[in-house]
Amino acid sequence: MADTIKLSRRNFIIGTGAAGLTIGILASCSNNSEDSAAPDQAANAEPNPEVNAWVHIAPDDTVTIRIARSEMGQGTLTGLAQLVADELDCDWDKVTTEYPTPGENLARDRVWRDFSTGGSRGIRGSVDYVREGGAVARAMLIQAAANQWEVPVGECSVEKGVITHGPSGNKLRYGEVAEAASGLTPPTGVQVKDPSDWKIIGQPVKRLDTADKVTGAQKYGADLQLDGMLNAAIKQAPKRGGTLASFDADAVMSMPGVRKVLQVDDTAVAVVADRWWQAKTALDALPIEWNDGEGADYSSASFETELDNALTADDAAVANMSGEVDAAFANAAQTIEATYRVPHQNHACMEPMNATAIWTEDKCEVWCPTQNGEAALGAASEAAGLPIEQCDVYKLLLGGGFGRRGMSDYVSQVVKIAKQMPGTPIKLLWSREEDMQHGFYHPTTRARCEGALDADGNLTAIKIRIAGQSILAGLMPQALQNGTDPFAFQGLLPSGVDERVEDQTLKYTFPALKFDHAMRNPPVRPGFWRGVNANQNAIYLECFMDELAHAAGKDPLEFRLTYMGDAPQLAGVLRAAAEKSGWGNDDGKSRGLCAFYSFGAYTAACAEVTVDDAGQLKIHRIVAATDPGYAVNPQQVDAQVAGSFVYGLSAALFEEITFENGEVQEKNFDTYNSMRLRDMPEVETIVMPSGGFWGGVGEPTIAVAAPAVLNAIYAATGKRIRNLPIKDQSLRDA
Amino acid sequence: MAELKVNGQTVNVDAEENTPLLWVLREHLGLTGAKYGCGIAQCGTCTIHIDGQPVRSCTYPVGALSGEEDITTIEGLSEDGSHPVQQAWVELDIPQCGYCQPGMIMAVAGLLNNTPDPTDEDIDAQVTNICRCGTLARVRKGIHLAKTKKA
Repeated sequence: MADTIKLSRRNFIIGTGAAGLTIGILASCSNNSEDSAAPDQAANAEPNPEVNAWVHIAPDDTVTIRIARSEMGQGTLTGLAQLVADELDCDWDKVTTEYPTPGENLARDRVWRDFSTGGSRGIRGSVDYVREGGAVARAMLIQAAANQWEVPVGECSVEKGVITHGPSGNKLRYGEVAEAASGLTPPTGVQVKDPSDWKIIGQPVKRLDTADKVTGAQKYGADLQLDGMLNAAIKQAPKRGGTLASFDADAVMSMPGVRKVLQVDDTAVAVVADRWWQAKTALDALPIEWNDGEGADYSSASFETELDNALTADDAAVANMSGEVDAAFANAAQTIEATYRVPHQNHACMEPMNATAIWTEDKCEVWCPTQNGEAALGAASEAAGLPIEQCDVYKLLLGGGFGRRGMSDYVSQVVKIAKQMPGTPIKLLWSREEDMQHGFYHPTTRARCEGALDADGNLTAIKIRIAGQSILAGLMPQALQNGTDPFAFQGLLPSGVDERVEDQTLKYTFPALKFDHAMRNPPVRPGFWRGVNANQNAIYLECFMDELAHAAGKDPLEFRLTYMGDAPQLAGVLRAAAEKSGWGNDDGKSRGLCAFYSFGAYTAACAEVTVDDAGQLKIHRIVAATDPGYAVNPQQVDAQVAGSFVYGLSAALFEEITFENGEVQEKNFDTYNSMRLRDMPEVETIVMPSGGFWGGVGEPTIAVAAPAVLNAIYAATGKRIRNLPIKDQSLRDA
Repeated sequence: MAELKVNGQTVNVDAEENTPLLWVLREHLGLTGAKYGCGIAQCGTCTIHIDGQPVRSCTYPVGALSGEEDITTIEGLSEDGSHPVQQAWVELDIPQCGYCQPGMIMAVAGLLNNTPDPTDEDIDAQVTNICRCGTLARVRKGIHLAKTKKA
């Protein structure tokens, strides 16, 4: 029953598509003259001509669309294929997909451009050039047919991959002309379709990667099996900043299957064994001594005080300020103040971190789930001590990403292990306990919110002081601007100031406002966590807007709409969600609203809850509306929106990573819980693309999940929950 | 050496007695459909059936099996992906990253073995698997659809 996958060194496919392909070899026969990997193609009887970088078409008309971004569940693979296929005018039923490798990308002058998959940019970041890729390939295929018929291109049309010469009625299939097309010079100036001509874009087609996911046939990195492969388990210094002092390999060398015990960097130790379970068992038995470093004393509880102090400290960077804030507060009929708190949280992808590598003196190859193939390649090259041209990375489908797999720490580790065992394939798989303890955590921040209302209950000024950790300071300090982190203000930024974050701007228009950030960085590595800082900032802004509405004696829907005059799309999604939910209905359910703009998309939610006398929360239903500009695949947008409530509400209800003496306390799902079916409300989505812009989908809705529910809890109980997670708090005052 | 009956076949595996069944399936038999997610029977991604009952295999020592039990993994749930739960999952396009889905499908198939017409309360009580992508809303719909289908 054991199956060993023979992996092509060049072309490693992700098993998708109508052809029902499973993982294995799909050697593509590239016409690129630089391509000289003939040995791998020898087994391939069927030529599969490359029309251009995005499109291969086989004689049987199978269209292989090459996908640079990573598929981690968000559906980008299918969406990107739709974009190419629509411009190509091919038969969607004959589409399959393939990942080119990051090494191929570099060798071909980055023809597939950006491999990184984050920031809800998979579609919107590549929409222009992948559509152009499909359109150019279409033009080349028609040209090839026209050449064969010796007729003008203008007399030819194409539908579902069949080219027709109008005057004669002659027909040629794409598979019949692909070879000839591949030899043509790509035309320039090819126009992509007008949205009104889309046939595949905008359709709720099924995902291309479902079949193998319901039979167990889909292979993830954790499932990889190479000939002669050994398995590694790793343990990293449990305390922040700790290093490896010593370990007693002799104590475990005689345990079943153990081959080697070795150091990885100065922070970790790994056991390599025939099987992973043997490696983990030996690692658990291995005597290890650790050195304390900076961070050994770090505790979440003591950091609370530092963050509290930062709420009123002078050293804050102002990101958005307008109007006469001080005057508004001085003249206010009523001022309101509230402090909200969000803890560290872990991504906790279902598939623990893993990677597989083979290192020899002149080559290093890595198989891994990664959101950033090129970064993984760079990490592999550096760890291997080999030029990047002598390395490559073969991507697999990810068992969850959420931002965690944009980091390449586990790639670097496996290469360093493999380098100590030249020629032997090594698969490194982290335990769940390692995954929980060595994440790149959703940063902890808190906010002091202040509002000024006039005698009529109009908002005259709002201030939000964010205090807490900066992701950029932790991961890429070179990206800070004068020491400030624009991403800390996601969703709160002024428009027209910073192009990089123009998709994260505030869409309310307030008479006066001041948003600033007092950066406080604990010795905990932060990370981009699905939704990033929009999640915290939406809680701060949208729960506080709810507080202001109630203080003003106004309806929370109407109060919000008052300040959305310049953002009709935001008002549109809010109205849609409220209306469909039955906002204002007296049906025994309490409702809470939230609307937010992030990652270039407008999202809103209306949560319907009850809280019983014992304080037990039941979230009955959430109506969510999203306007991402264009919806490439509405049913997948629905899946992402609904899924966002699982991720966002798991965080709001349960998730908190805490530290004591530098060590993570929540080491597995027993203490770091995630929503189950019993916690999951019905989600009704309204996908309402208004056109004219390309917004994100995978992340924006996360931000509205917690505020909508928190505001609904207030509506039910009159009690504000301002500290997250909700888990241990009484929802009703005793 | 343990003798096991897996997906209708009798197999012999040379594993230490305390090895969890999950790792015997994955590493000795190459049946990688059941996944490792937590190792403490919390997340359910390792769910398989023993005599038709859903079991979290990551904490089930292979030494506790007699060899008489019928062990079924996702690979043996149907020959061609035609189990009612698999049909429903394809019809509603449920999987996202898909990593938890073999365990989810086995948990649901186990639920339907015990309770062919489950209510939402039955579902809440018996299917407690974690899915981080967030397929849960469709999973519930999938269960109600699956119970209307025939194998």
